[in-house]
Parts: sequence; structure tokens; C-alpha cells
Amino acid sequence: MSKVLMKGNEAVGAAAIKAGCKYFFGYPITPSSEIPEYMSKALPEAGGVFLQAESEVSAINMVYGAGGAGARCMTASSSPGISLKQEGITYAAGAEIPCVIVNMMRGGPGLGSIQPSQADYFQSTRGGGNGDYRTLCYAPASVQEIVDYVMLAFDKADYYRNPVLIAADGMIGQVMEAVEFKEPAPIDLPAKDWATTGTGEKRKPNVVNSLYLQADALQVHNKNLEKKYKLMEENEVLYEAFGLEDAEVVVVAYGTTSRIVKSAVKKAQEKGIKVGMIRPITIWPFPYEIFKKIGNNAKGILTVEMSAGQMIDDVKIGTEGRIPVYFNGTQGGVVPTPQNILEDIEKIAGGIR
Amino acid sequence: MEEKVVMAGFGGQGIMAIGKILAYAGMMEGKNVTWMPSYGPEMRGGTANCSVIVSDEEVGSPLISKDGTSAIVMNLPSLEKFENELVPGGKLIINKSLINVEPKRKDLKVYYIPANELAMEAGSGKVANMVMLGAYLEVTKTVDFESALKAFVEVFGEEKSHLVPMNKEAMAKGAEAIRKHK
Repeated sequence: MSKVLMKGNEAVGAAAIKAGCKYFFGYPITPSSEIPEYMSKALPEAGGVFLQAESEVSAINMVYGAGGAGARCMTASSSPGISLKQEGITYAAGAEIPCVIVNMMRGGPGLGSIQPSQADYFQSTRGGGNGDYRTLCYAPASVQEIVDYVMLAFDKADYYRNPVLIAADGMIGQVMEAVEFKEPAPIDLPAKDWATTGTGEKRKPNVVNSLYLQADALQVHNKNLEKKYKLMEENEVLYEAFGLEDAEVVVVAYGTTSRIVKSAVKKAQEKGIKVGMIRPITIWPFPYEIFKKIGNNAKGILTVEMSAGQMIDDVKIGTEGRIPVYFNGTQGGVVPTPQNILEDIEKIAGGIR
Repeated sequence: MEEKVVMAGFGGQGIMAIGKILAYAGMMEGKNVTWMPSYGPEMRGGTANCSVIVSDEEVGSPLISKDGTSAIVMNLPSLEKFENELVPGGKLIINKSLINVEPKRKDLKVYYIPANELAMEAGSGKVANMVMLGAYLEVTKTVDFESALKAFVEVFGEEKSHLVPMNKEAMAKGAEAIRKHK
């Protein structure tokens, strides 16, 4: 299929429908409102249901219901709206309900701003709701990656019986870029024999629930969840990396920020500085292992985020104290410039005191 | 080649549309493109703007921040707001019909186009944006005229293809104004 020009938010909807999403429940919020707008038109045309809920809390619980009945379903929002959904997300994780949740992050805390941000990293990767749970989380850096990873997210959600998050930001939601819809690699998915689809008086009722009143029983359940999360850590890590072996400086960034970093890296290389880069594509599970590939020439690692410094914790875990880790951050919806990042790369290459 | 153009005017002038046409045309010519709208609080009668990047290489930030190579400005607030986003020597195309002042900066290549009058000559005041796009393409040659006209149909849909001749005329008038400029 040929390329089309699409807005990131529209691409979320188009990719979801292509992946077989039949139900969308949501409540509009800038900068992700074009997702429900797109779905309200396109999903009924594709034989699905679009429903604007009365609140984000309702929307995520509708997802819980539809996912519990075995349907491919999705909700989308931006930061404050995603906060409201956290109760539903932890319930879905506990009850092992497959679903896809898209967050076009904006500045926080609180209502914050409507401009791009990456300040929901902790919330996305540490679990924003209560209890021990994990959610696979993709961080696309372009509209094409939105298409690719939203489609993949539906397969992974079904495969693991787990909520899957897409953590992008206002910039990727709003920008238009060329995209191509490729058929994803076929994946063997288990039958949804657990779904609450009615017994037909032929079997015992299926129960989809996160409540275990006996401590022992909950521990058994949680240990099973833990095994599942371990499998994700082993099999689902995605990243892009280059130039690590002989790098003087390694820059780590994801999503929108990684694109700006790439411009800065190119400028630094033109100035003769050896710069490597690590771009996590899954922010959970995080690509810790690749940090071992950083060679002994590295004078420092620069973490660039549109936050006060959240992914930097994972960078430090991956680095294991071998190399100093520095930070370049913008907040509140301010987007960094290549020039500003280049200055930090030069400082580290020159030897910071 | 990396062309970074800011387009700005007031809501309703078709700024977002000519941005999409340029981005679509660039894509059809096999280039990497981004189209980024302004989004955020804006007062009625203020500015609407978008940033378009057309590049031979992968595009980094889709935002333009003091590194624009060109700007199309269609009303006065846009001139005041965006002349500072250009690099020295950047190209500034001004809608003379609605802007009767000169830019403050003296290090830009400036072109004055009576877009609204030329649009009326082409058949409708609504195509002033296309006059500006035609002028812009004559100055920068970012994409071919033919690509822009094909992109017009992609952006507005087949049902608007009967409007192609008038829009083509508007673009031609913008280009002619550049050729006659100074």
C-alpha cells in the first residue's frame, strides 16, 4: 500500500481499526481529541462501536467490560485523563484483561498545560495504580511508529492477557507525517476461553475479577502475574542503538525527544565528537542490557527528557554506576532544541568538572 | 535540502490547508515531510499557524524555532510573531493586501504579494492562500507546481477537483508576482 499523510492521533485510530479493534470508549482531551473524533466516524463504518463516555473513569471501565468479554478494545486520553483511568488499569491488570490504552502526554502535574511532555514516565512504567503490576509500554517516535506499535499492542495484549500502553506526547499526536500500513507478522494467539461471553448452559460461568479475599490465593495469583511480567522482560524489549562501542558520549532519549537528540548527535558528529545513542522503544520493559555495550571511552551518558528526570533512574540502573549520568530536561510543555542538547554533549566530551 | 517553512495568518485564511498541500506534495515527490499545527490557547482574530518541513533526510524536531528557512505571513499579527523565527537570509513572503508595514529585521529576503487582490482576479477572495503558496513555490522551488495541484486533490478530496483550475490560476498569479517583483 502507498504512503498517506496522517496526523498521529488519526493514525492511532486507523491502526487500531486495522488491528481489529471493535470498541472505543473515551472522553476528549487536548492533545488527543482527534483520536475519539476519528474513531467516532471510522469505527462504526468498520462495524465497531464508538462510545463517548461521561468521564474517563467510565471509559476505562467500559474497556474493562468489553475486554473482559474478549473484544479488542481501546481507550485514549492525555495525562490528567490517564490519571483518572488508573483505577481501571490496575483492575484490568489484576483481572488480566487485554486492552490498549493510549496516552498523548501533556505538561503536568495536575491539569498542567496542553503542550507536549514526557512527565508520565513513572506512571507508565511503575504502574500508576495500586498493587504489584506491570504494563507493556511502547513509546513511538514518529507517526509511522504509532501505526506499527498500536497494531502490535493489540496482539501483545491478547497474547499476555494484559493491558498495553502507548506513551507518546502531544507533538506526535498533532504532527502529520507519511505513513504506510504494513501487515503485521502473524502471531499465534491463545483462545479467549476465559472471556465472559455467556455459558449457553454448556459450561460453568467464567469469572473475570481482581478480588482474592484469601491472602494465599492472591499470592498464587500474583506469582503467576509475576511470571508473565518476567516473560515480557525476556521477550518484549525493543530499542534502537548506535555507536556505543567507541562513543565518548552516549545520549539516551525516547519518543519526540529522541528525534531532536538525533539532530544534535548529527551536529556533534560533524564536529568530530564520537556520540552514541540509545533510544528505548519499550520504556517498560526497559532495555537495561544494551547499556553493557557502552565501551570504556565513554566520559558520560546524557539523558534527555521532557520531564524533571524520570527515565534517568532506569538509565542509572542500566549503567550500574560505571559511567557518570547527566541530565538535560525541559518541563511544562517546553520542547528542547538541538542546540541546547549539543551544548551538553560538547561539555561532557570536553570533560565536566 | 531541508526547507523549514512557517505559515501563518488568521483562522479561515486557509493556512493549515496550504501547509498540508505542501507536505503532501513533498511526500509524493519522495521527500521526508512533517506538518505541525499550532495548538493551544489563541484569541479570536489572532494567529493560526503551521510549520512544514520538507527534507531529503529524516526530520528531527517538527517544530521551527529560530531556524526557519522561509515564512508565509498573511496578516499583521503573524508578521510580528514570526519574522523572528527565520534564519538570517531567510525568505519572508508577506501578504501586502493586509499588511502595510515592513518587517523589523533587515537581514531577510522579503517579497510583498497583494494576495487578496490577485485572488479576486483568479475568481475568489478565498484563494488568497493559494496565491501565497504559488509565490512561495516560485521563490523556493521546494516542490513542483504540478505536485502541489495533485496534492490539492488529495487534501480536499475528489469532489473538489473541479476547483483545481481556479486554484491553479491563483498559484500562477502568485508566481507571476514574484517574477515581476522589484
